[in-house]
Amino acid sequence: MTDDRPMVRAEGVCKSFGSHQVLRGIDLKVQPREVMCIIGPSGSGKSTFLRCINHLDKVSAGRLYVDGELVGYREHGGKLHELRESEVARRRRDIGMVFQRFNLFPHRTAAENVMEAPMAVRGDSRADARQQATELLTRVGLGDKLDSYPSALSGGQQQRVAIARALAMRPKLMLFDEPTSALDPELVGDVLAVMRQLAEEGMTMVVVTHEMGFAREVGDSLVFMDEGVVVETGKPRDVITNPAHQRTQTFLSKVL
Amino acid sequence: MSTAVDQGADRAESITAVPVRHPGRWVASLVLLVLAAMLVKALLTNPRFNWPLVGQYLFSAPVLQGLRNTLILTALAMATGIVGGLVLAVMRLSANPILSYVAAGYIWFFRGTPVITQLVFWFNLGLLFPTLGLGIPFGPEFVTFTTNTLITPFAACLLGLGLNEAAYMAEIVRSGINSVDTGQAEAAGALGMSRSQTLRRIVLPQAMRVIIPPTGNETISMLKTTSLVVVIGYFELQTAVQSIFSKNYQPAPLLIVAALWYLVLTSVLSVGQMYLERHYGRGTTRPGDDTGRGGFGGFGGRLWRTRTGDGR
Repeated sequence: MTDDRPMVRAEGVCKSFGSHQVLRGIDLKVQPREVMCIIGPSGSGKSTFLRCINHLDKVSAGRLYVDGELVGYREHGGKLHELRESEVARRRRDIGMVFQRFNLFPHRTAAENVMEAPMAVRGDSRADARQQATELLTRVGLGDKLDSYPSALSGGQQQRVAIARALAMRPKLMLFDEPTSALDPELVGDVLAVMRQLAEEGMTMVVVTHEMGFAREVGDSLVFMDEGVVVETGKPRDVITNPAHQRTQTFLSKVL
Repeated sequence: MSTAVDQGADRAESITAVPVRHPGRWVASLVLLVLAAMLVKALLTNPRFNWPLVGQYLFSAPVLQGLRNTLILTALAMATGIVGGLVLAVMRLSANPILSYVAAGYIWFFRGTPVITQLVFWFNLGLLFPTLGLGIPFGPEFVTFTTNTLITPFAACLLGLGLNEAAYMAEIVRSGINSVDTGQAEAAGALGMSRSQTLRRIVLPQAMRVIIPPTGNETISMLKTTSLVVVIGYFELQTAVQSIFSKNYQPAPLLIVAALWYLVLTSVLSVGQMYLERHYGRGTTRPGDDTGRGGFGGFGGRLWRTRTGDGR
């Protein structure tokens, strides 16, 4: 992996659902080891942009590259070819995603949730997968919850299992879609601590969040999106303390 | 949840109140008990029920042979129905409109015609197609069979019951798949799992919780629907007792023999269903939780509700 090549590169990315245009030309670069936080009012398109990065939503116009590879398509002879399902799946392995509503598999224990993809996708043996799951769950502070079902865990614990599950595929990029928005306030800290630790270990992360404290302290860059466009981007401290645009000021005055 | 309430009860002084009286319930219970006693007396003392004959035929060779065939037919027809239903449900949910419409058309046709009609139709398939062959469509045939040797009464039963069942199972499986949150498939997809892996490992196991209770219903219903094959003369439990009482002119005791066996089998199936539900309910129920869903759980749920009613 060359260090000068951005991990994520978006060039004029647009996304429409029917006649409703959600993204109107996004240009962004995320460098390796960078933690980018995206903030903005609801409906601004920040979650949609995140979902485009691993092709859960299909880009309607523009180009989106992850680690130099075009997302969802192959460019060949000046034409775009849709990727086959297996190729999309192969590229998604390298991108971990954490959802607002956790989306843990309820019929699997915490350890089995983490073991699922390594066994099904990578073909790891049960013993290897179990060992890796034990390590990862210990890392997120849940070494004693290996055999608990998600329904027996708190929201914060479930989200940490979800992070461990995403890490199990050893991704080079992690996407967080409002990872603490569905949590009770006293449980937010544990999840953010795990994310901070991950950032310190050098993981490339794109985080859609409302946690301004996290954005300021952990983020390398902060992006403010509104109505499908990037309004402002810069160092978190600069954007938060000295926003250049009126819209950013208005939004920040509401959330801070 | 119940432990929290118990702890609360320990700390505070527990309430001793005079419960609300329900004279209406007592009267209703009394009336039902009298009626039940009358029924039992009628069953036992009426000589025309001929209980000795019931005992004599309950384990007789033809009845047991019929019972065996009923079980085989039920198992194979349900297996056909479940596999067919799964395929049809996946087709129905496919993004490919041809697959989806073909499945919808199949379901429409097989749910829309009586199963007895289908049975007779399959049995008489030879009248419409005297021979059946394998070969290239619209081209030459490589092998040809006489329909009547291929479609034995057993094969006709299996086709009639199994293909009909597949239409009903398709709707059951489809509703099960639809009941699983779309976030589950997204999470699996984001981990790099293929669509078929997602279906097999993530979606279907969760859909099972919704699929099993109606499938238990279908199996019990199928057990008794197999008696319809009387019309094409396949030998199962109902055919067995009919052939006996057509000779000894004792329909009542022999129909009781058949009814008793159907009851026994249904009871066994209900218990099996309970265990299956418990297996696929893991992760959704906490240990010791009574969800009051299906099987004996449903019975418990009703008792619990009555008890809280009394407490108020």
